Amino acid sequence: MTDTAKTQNPTDASAPDAKEDGTHIFTLDGREVSAKKGELLIAAAERAGTYIPRFCYHPRMEPVGMCRMCLVEVEGPRGASLQPACFIEAGEGMVVDTTSEKVKKAQDGVLEFLLANHPLDCPVCDKGGECPLQDQTLAYGPGETRFIEEKRHFEKPIAISDLVLLDRERCIQCARCTRFASDVAGEAQIDFAGRGENVEVATFPTEPFSSYFSGNTVQICPVGALTATPYRFTARPWDLDQVESTCTACSVGCRVAVQSSQNRLTRLLGIDSEPVNHGWLCDKGRFSFESVNGDEVDNGPRPTEVADEAVDVVPATASQVVSLGASRGQFLGEARETGRFEHGRLVEPRIRKEGELVPVSWGEALAAAAAGLSAAKSAGGAGAVAVVGGARLTNESAYAWAKLAKGVIGTDSVDAQLGDGLPAELVLGLPRATIDEACAAPVLLTLAGDLREELPVLFLRLREAVVGGDTQLLEVAVAPTALTSLATASLRIRPGDAPVMARALTGDAAAATTLGTHPEGATFTQNQMEAARGVLAARPDGEGVVIVAGRPSYAESGEVAAEAVRALAAALPKATFLPALRRGNVFGALDMGLAPGILPGRVSLDAGRQRFTAAWGSVPAGAGLSTADILASMAGEYDGGPDGSGTAVRALVLLGADPLDDFPDRAVAEKALRAGHFVVAVTGHPSESVDAHADVVLPCAVSHERAGTTTNIEGRVSRLGPKLSAPGFAWPDWMIAAELAAALGSDLGLASDNDLSDELARTAPAYAGLTQQVLHSDVAHDGILVPLTGNEDHRDDVSPIDPVALPGVESVERQGAPPRVGTGARGPASEQVSDLGSPPPLLSGTGTGGGEPLAIPKADSYSLRLVSGRRLYDAGSSITGSPSLTPLVPTLVARANPYDLDRLGAHSGDRVKVRSARGELILAAESDEGVARGVIVIDFNVPGGESAPPNAVATLIDSRQLVTDVRLESV
Amino acid sequence: MAITDAPKIITARLGYDDSFTLERYLATGGYTGLRKALTMTPEAVAAEVDAASLLGRGGAGFPAGRKWSMLRKNPVTYLVINGDESEPATFKDHMLIEGDPHQILEGVLVSAYALQVTQAFIYLRGEFALGLERLQTALNEAYAHGAVGSNIFDSGFSVDIVVHPGAGAYICGEETALLESLEGKRGFPRIKPPYFPAAIGLYGEPTVVNNVETMANIPWIVNNGGAAFAALGAGRSTGTRLFALAGHVRNPANYELEMVKTTFRDLIYAPVLGGGIRGSNTLKAFIPGGVSAPWFGPDQVDLPLGQDEVGNAGSMLGSGSVVVMDSATCMVRAAWRITKFFSRESCGQCTPCREGSGWLERIMYRIENGGGREEDLDLLMDLCDNISPGVAWPPQQTTICVLGPSIPSSIASGIRMFRDEFLVHVKEGGCPFD
Repeated sequence: MTDTAKTQNPTDASAPDAKEDGTHIFTLDGREVSAKKGELLIAAAERAGTYIPRFCYHPRMEPVGMCRMCLVEVEGPRGASLQPACFIEAGEGMVVDTTSEKVKKAQDGVLEFLLANHPLDCPVCDKGGECPLQDQTLAYGPGETRFIEEKRHFEKPIAISDLVLLDRERCIQCARCTRFASDVAGEAQIDFAGRGENVEVATFPTEPFSSYFSGNTVQICPVGALTATPYRFTARPWDLDQVESTCTACSVGCRVAVQSSQNRLTRLLGIDSEPVNHGWLCDKGRFSFESVNGDEVDNGPRPTEVADEAVDVVPATASQVVSLGASRGQFLGEARETGRFEHGRLVEPRIRKEGELVPVSWGEALAAAAAGLSAAKSAGGAGAVAVVGGARLTNESAYAWAKLAKGVIGTDSVDAQLGDGLPAELVLGLPRATIDEACAAPVLLTLAGDLREELPVLFLRLREAVVGGDTQLLEVAVAPTALTSLATASLRIRPGDAPVMARALTGDAAAATTLGTHPEGATFTQNQMEAARGVLAARPDGEGVVIVAGRPSYAESGEVAAEAVRALAAALPKATFLPALRRGNVFGALDMGLAPGILPGRVSLDAGRQRFTAAWGSVPAGAGLSTADILASMAGEYDGGPDGSGTAVRALVLLGADPLDDFPDRAVAEKALRAGHFVVAVTGHPSESVDAHADVVLPCAVSHERAGTTTNIEGRVSRLGPKLSAPGFAWPDWMIAAELAAALGSDLGLASDNDLSDELARTAPAYAGLTQQVLHSDVAHDGILVPLTGNEDHRDDVSPIDPVALPGVESVERQGAPPRVGTGARGPASEQVSDLGSPPPLLSGTGTGGGEPLAIPKADSYSLRLVSGRRLYDAGSSITGSPSLTPLVPTLVARANPYDLDRLGAHSGDRVKVRSARGELILAAESDEGVARGVIVIDFNVPGGESAPPNAVATLIDSRQLVTDVRLESV
Repeated sequence: MAITDAPKIITARLGYDDSFTLERYLATGGYTGLRKALTMTPEAVAAEVDAASLLGRGGAGFPAGRKWSMLRKNPVTYLVINGDESEPATFKDHMLIEGDPHQILEGVLVSAYALQVTQAFIYLRGEFALGLERLQTALNEAYAHGAVGSNIFDSGFSVDIVVHPGAGAYICGEETALLESLEGKRGFPRIKPPYFPAAIGLYGEPTVVNNVETMANIPWIVNNGGAAFAALGAGRSTGTRLFALAGHVRNPANYELEMVKTTFRDLIYAPVLGGGIRGSNTLKAFIPGGVSAPWFGPDQVDLPLGQDEVGNAGSMLGSGSVVVMDSATCMVRAAWRITKFFSRESCGQCTPCREGSGWLERIMYRIENGGGREEDLDLLMDLCDNISPGVAWPPQQTTICVLGPSIPSSIASGIRMFRDEFLVHVKEGGCPFD
C-alpha cells in the first residue's frame, strides 16, 4: 500500500480532467479549472483552492442563496453580473471573477449590513473565536462601522428547547437551522416568523423544538444565535484542546471532534465523514459526554455512592438551567477549580467486605478477582466462568478480553450482547452492506425497531435517501416509527409474526393470507401488502435490496427476528444486510470473539481453532453459553443446552454490563445475581448490578479516555482519540485483562496499545493487514472497512475542513496523532500467509438454526402481546449521568390500540395494570391508532410504574418464551 | 376620451352603479369575447393577443403574447392572475376588481382557453375586502351562468377558477413569492434560475402569471382583433393603459389613456384629467411608474406615456402609478416614507435588502428629524450602491428579487435632484417644511 504514503494535495482536483464524463472547464480568476457535473460554483472553486466567503451555504444542505455573501461576478450575455456562487452550477466556459472590485464591494457591503444589527458582544459570546461572522469580517469586511443607529432588540436568550437557547439579536437569518430541521431531520419545528429586519427564528406556539438532532443546529449556526446549554459559557474556543474520534453512543460510528479544557470534556462536534455521518450527530452522542465528566443529576443518590455537595447546585431540569444560568455557570466554575468530579464514576478498585464495597489497591482487587475465578474454574471447569458484556470496549480491549476468557481461562461462555441482539454467527455471516450502499439501494427493507430512537444518524442518512433519492422503502415494524410515513409500504406486524411476514413478502402467498386473516384483524391493508410484494417481486434474487435487520422488540425472542432474517436471506440471495444492533461497539466486540462460538476476526470456534491454538496456546473445546443461558444457568434454570454439556456457571465477569437493567428479563437476572455466585465487574459507572452484587469492582476508562479502534454497523474500523486521562485509578479495559491474566498466572503478551493492534492485525483474519500505519493513513481517513480488499481507494479529494460549514472544528487536525513510523505496513493481508498459517474462512451464511419454523403460541383473545423497543433517552448510564439529558427521558406509558383500551373502558391518561406471568406494572394508558389490535407497547429501559426498577418493562418479560403476553386490567 | 379618440377598452363599464353585476356585464357585451374565443382555435386566440402586442400591465411590461408563447412547446398547467396590487399610490387594479370583476374573469377564461389550462387562480390582495367580495360573487355568478366550470357554454372546454386572498404582504406581488404564498408557504421570492414560472411555477409546474389589468384587456382584443388594439399607441406600447394619478393634482384618479399619444403633461395638467397642480403651487417632481421608479423633474413632463420612452429617459412606466409632488413637498420626507414602506415590506431573505432598507430608513428619518450629518448623504448613496451596484437604471442587484434595487430609487433621486434640500435639513437641524 505504497500510495498511502502520498501526501494529499487538495489542489490536485483543479487539474482539468478531460476523461471524466460531464466535467466542465471554466475560468476562475483567470485560470482554467474543472468542475464536476452539476457542481456548484462555490464548491468547484473551493476544490480549486479559491475560498468564496459564505454564511447560508452548507455543503450538506440545499442552497438558498439568502445571505448574498458569496456573490461573484459571472460573465453573461449582457455583461458581467453578480451571482450567488452557492446557487449556480459551474458551467462549461463560464468566466468567473471572485476578486474584482465589484465583488469586493458587494462582499464588504453584505458584511457591513450583517453587522449593522448584530450585537458586537463577541467577548461574551460562545461563538467568539470560532465565529464565521467574526472570521469573515476580518478577512472580507469593513474595518469599522458606519452604523450609528439603534440596533434592533429582542428579548434574549429564549429557550426553544431543553437544550437549545436562541439569541435573536445575533441571528443573521441564514436559514441553516431551519433548513436542517425541515430538510435533514424532517421535523420543521423551527421556522422563520416576521418579515424584513424583524425576521426571527421561532418555534410554533404549541410545539417545542424537541428534535433528537437539535444540537446540529447549534453546531452549524454561523454566529452565536443558537447555543447549547451543556456548553454555554463553559469555555473559550482557544482554550479548548481537540482530538478526532468516533462516537460510541451507538453503533453508527459518527466521526466527532472531542474537545476538552483542563482534562474535562466540554463539547463534541460532528465531523463531516462522507461514508458515515455527514457532519451530523444525535443529541445523545453530542451531549452524553457529561457522564464521562461524572456530573450527576440530582435524581436521588446511587445506592452506594456518597452524595456530592455539588449535586444540589445542578438544576434538575433544563428549563431551570435556562433560568438559573448563573448557578450553572457557578457550578461549572467550581468544577473547573476542583477538577473532574469523581461522583458518578467509579475511580478506584473495590472489593466487597462485610457486604460493603470498599476501596482497595489494584493488587488486592486483582488477586481477589483471580482467586474467585480460579475457584470457580477448579470447582466446575473453565465453563464455570462466564463473561457478559464488552460492547463498550474498544476493539483492542475486546480482543484482550477474548484472549483472556477463551485463551487463558478457557471458557466460551462469553457474550457481548445482553439478550437484546441477534445471534452472533448470523450477524457476522450475513453479506454486509455499507451505509452508502443502503442509501443508494433501489429497495430498502427495514425489519427493526425505530431507527430514529436506536441509530439516529443512520435514520438521517436513510431518510435522506428515501426523501431525496430513488430508494423505495419497505418497512416491517411492530409499532409506527419515524420512517413509517416515508415508506412505500409500511407493514405492521405483531410479535412473533416476523418470519411469516418475511415469507409473505418474498412470494409465499399462504403466509400473506395467514397474516391478512389474523383473528384480531389484519395489521395492514391488502394494497400495502401487494405493493411491498410487488417491489420485491421485481427483484427476485434480491439484487439491489438492502435489508436493515435489527431487533424489533425486546419482549420477543431474538430467535424470531433471526428466523425472519434467515428467511429473507434465503429468498433474496443477492440482498445485503445492515445489522441494526445498537450498542456502541457491539460489532467490534462480536468481531473480536466476545460471543459464544466465535473467535477474533469473524471466524467460528471450529474454523479458527488451529490458528488461535497456535496464537494463544489453547481455545475452548466447544461452544459456550449466550447471556440468556449464562444468567439462566446462574439462576439454576438452565437445562444444559442442546447437547446437555452445559456447565453450571459459578463466576461471572461483567464487562460494563448491568444485567438488572440491560437484560430484558429482570426476574432471571435478579435470580442469577442473587444466587451468590462470584461476580467481577469491570465498569466505569456504578449500576444496580455492580453496587448490589459485585464482589470485585475494577474501574475502567470509558469513552474519550481510551485509544484504539471501534467497528461500526458496516464493519468500518475507525480510530478513537483519547482526549482525557481516566480519572483516579481507572485503567483501560485491555490493561485490566492483561493484569488479571498475570494474576491468574498467565502472560497475555500484551503490554501496550501497539502490541494489541499488531497482534490483532496478525491473528484476526477479518482484520488482517489493519496495522497502525494503515489506520493512520489517508485511506483510513473516514475509517476503513474490514476485511481489507487491497483495493482501498487512495483518498486524494479530501479538502480541508470548511470552518464555516463546521465552525469550531479545527481544520488543522484531521486524524489525531501523526502516523507512526517503523511499524511494518503489511498491506492487505487477506492472501498473506503469516506464521499462523493460512487464514481460516470468515463466517458466512446465516449460521445454525433455521430448521423447523418457530412455534409461536397462539394469542388468546384476553391477552395483549407485549412489544418493547428502545428510546434514545433511557435509563442507561450515559443518560442518567448527563444532567442535560436526564430531563428528556420520557415518561413510561402503555400504548395500545383504542379498540383494546375501549374493551377495558380505559382512556388515554387512565392508570392501568399490565400483568404478565412474571410481574405487573401500573402505568398510564395511551391510545395509539398506530399500534395493532392485540398489541401493547411499553418502552424498554424507560423508568415508570409505581415502585418499579428503572427498566420497568423487564419485570414483565419472560426471556425463555418466544413472546410475552400480558393482561390489561383496570386499577 | 378627451386627449385622443381612443376607445375605452377596460373602463367603459365603470360609469354604471351596477357595473360589477353579471346583469350589467351581459347587457354591455359581456362574455361575447369568451363565446367568440371558444369558436376559434386556442392558437388563433393566442395569435390575436400576440398581434395586439399587449404589454403586461403589472410593472415589468413583458409582452403577454410572448410570455404565452414561451409555453407553447410545453403544455401549461396553471394560469395565475396577480391581483396583489399593494404599492403605495398604485390603485388601478383595485378599481377594475371592484368595478368590473366579470371583465377580469372573462379575460382569464379566454386566456385559459388559449393556453388550454384547466385550473386558474386569482391571487388577490388580502386588504381588498370589497374587491374579494365582488370578485367572488362575480365568479359564483359566472359559474351559474355556465361561463366557468365544466363544458363552458357547451364548448367542451372546462376550467376552474379559484380566488385566493393574500395575507397582507407586498412581497407576494412578486410573482415567485406569490406562487410560494399560493402553495401555502412563506412568501419568499424564489431564487433564480429558473428565471420564469414558465419553466417551474406553481407546484413545480409550468405556469403563466399575468396581471389583472392585462386580463381586463383580453375580451376587447378578442372582440375587436389584435390589430385594432395594436393600432392604438405607438411602437412597443400599444393600446390604452390605466394610469393611477396620485399626489398634488386637482383631480387624482384613474385615467385610461392611449399609450404614447398622451404625455405626462396631458395627464397632470389637462382639465379633464389631472387638472393641474393643487392651489397655486408648482410641479416639483413626479414619479412616473410607482414608488420603485426613479423620479422625474418638471423638465421631463413632456415625455410620452410609453414604455420605452420612459425607460430610455432613465425610469419606468412600471405599475402605471404617477405620483405628483408639488413645491410644498419635502423631498426628504417623501423619500423617507417610500423607504419606510420598502423596509417594512422586505421579506427578510437577502441581507442587503433586509438590513439595508432598515438602515436607510433610519438615516432618512434622522435627517428629516434634525439628526442628519453631511456625510450621511455619501453614506446613503454608498449603501444604495451596496444594494444596487451603480445605482443606475435599469438597476443591477445584489438580491434575489427586484424589491432590493427598488429601495434606492427614491433616495438616489432625492439626493441627485435635491441635494441642497437634503443639506438644508442637515444644516438647519430639521425639516424646513415643518
